[in-house]
Amino acid sequence: MQDFAESFSLAFRLILSADADLAEIVLLSLKVSLSATLCACMIGMSLGAAIAIFRFPGRGVLLVLTNALMGLPPVVVGLAIYMLLSNAGPFGTFQLLYSPTAMIIAQTVLVTPIATALTRQVIADLHTEYDEQLRSLALGPFATLTTLLWDGRFSLITVALAGFGRAVAEVGAVIIVGGNINHVTRVMTTAIALETSKGDLALALALGLILIGISISVNAALMALKGTARRFAYE
Amino acid sequence: MNNIPQNVSPNASFAVTNPLLPLRAEDLSYAPDGLALLDKVSLQIAEGGISMILGPNGAGKSILMRILHGLIPASAGTVSWRGQTANREIRKRQAMVFQKPVLLRRSVTANLDHALNAAGVPRADRNRRATEALKEAGIAHLAARPARVLSGGEQQRLALARALSLQPDVLFLDEPTASLDPASTAAIEALVLAAERRGCKIVMISHDIHQARRLASEIIFMDRGRIAEQSAAAFFEAPSSAAARDYLAGRLHLPDGA
Ligand SMILES: Nc1ncnc2c1ncn2[C@@H]1O[C@H](COP(=O)(O)OP(=O)(O)OP(=O)(O)O)[C@@H](O)[C@H]1O
Ligand SMILES: [Mg+2]
Repeated sequence: MQDFAESFSLAFRLILSADADLAEIVLLSLKVSLSATLCACMIGMSLGAAIAIFRFPGRGVLLVLTNALMGLPPVVVGLAIYMLLSNAGPFGTFQLLYSPTAMIIAQTVLVTPIATALTRQVIADLHTEYDEQLRSLALGPFATLTTLLWDGRFSLITVALAGFGRAVAEVGAVIIVGGNINHVTRVMTTAIALETSKGDLALALALGLILIGISISVNAALMALKGTARRFAYE
Repeated sequence: MNNIPQNVSPNASFAVTNPLLPLRAEDLSYAPDGLALLDKVSLQIAEGGISMILGPNGAGKSILMRILHGLIPASAGTVSWRGQTANREIRKRQAMVFQKPVLLRRSVTANLDHALNAAGVPRADRNRRATEALKEAGIAHLAARPARVLSGGEQQRLALARALSLQPDVLFLDEPTASLDPASTAAIEALVLAAERRGCKIVMISHDIHQARRLASEIIFMDRGRIAEQSAAAFFEAPSSAAARDYLAGRLHLPDGA
């Protein structure tokens, strides 16, 4: 009990003093997960919107694939990316393994199916509602797409936040492809795993508290967004 | 609306040349899953005036309008505009206001801007046209509001303003004054008449017999997927079909033997 209390006070002190190691880990985490979310949203939202409103060959396969990939365990994604990036793998020459780039790739792979599936749902619902009006205006396919993406903006920001939440909290994939190397690829979740196993609870706790803080902030942002959308009848 | 001759003959308030009309439908059928919702409907709509489609609920009025406007394909039959089958250019000269208006998740002005942009109106003109249309519809004070928080009547006016801002040659209106109060109804009717006077052909569905009397230059009466009669406004004094007589008298029209 005594130890835990001490760990907590140490953890708070680390946070409040903006400890350099702690800050480095947090910043790398944010950088990796935000980059991955950005990439995943760019791919997933285009793909999801396309699946929602266009009929093209391979659409059915894509639909099944994104739904299947949505529940992928992070460790499996980590393993797959590891094999692709390792020296023996097809992309070995790029020497990306154990770099932040590898972690961004892994999290992008993890989040893209979610962004795709959620976007498809948002855009499909909107399309059902707008279809006749947009066709009455003789809107072309590209203008239809941009209209729907813009009018789905509140829901799509929600999609991005959900994707970021999944990326930043994930540990299985980044620990495999990143390796949790101090000052290079150590992010919040991998640091927590390592420090806990070493028995250094203070740093782990501090990072845990920050992760919880991020999760709460993301959810607060989601609620504020929903409130705004409702006020404007934009939902 | 384009190339309206200024020297209109004195005794015809709508002697203008509408580039789309006559609109001709021949043997239109619509039968999804084998249900005959429209059954060999043929009609011709000439330029000028307001063609009013009347008929009981479920008669197929909205379906017919959607097919004429090109939103759903008929199972059989043809629609032609001045002898031409519809294409994108012909569609762009038409507008439609739906029974339940579809408004984008944007401000009132942005809703008009979107439609004007789709119609290819240059950015510099869009704002002016939007402002004019809103003023004419009496909702200029709502310009900055999110469109979807407007009341039902205001939404109907916005949908009509958006359609009119496109300056269509043919305007389809599916019950534009359903659920409106008398003042709003009068305002919408005034807008519709003003558009008609400018040379826009109006094809309108209504359940309001008084409104039909006020506005219609011809009546297209539908009953169970067919056109029971198409006639000039004398329809109200001497309807020729039994279905129309029952409809006007407020009776339910039952098929023989039912
Ligand atoms: N896709 C569809 N599949 C099956 N039935 C349909 C479909 N679309 C419409 N219907 C049916 O077709 C009939 C005619 O519909 P429509 O909307 O044209 O009626 P309406 O004359 O406009 O009636 P109202 O006055 O109530 O608006 C209705 O009975 C409706 O239920
Ligand atoms: Mg209807």
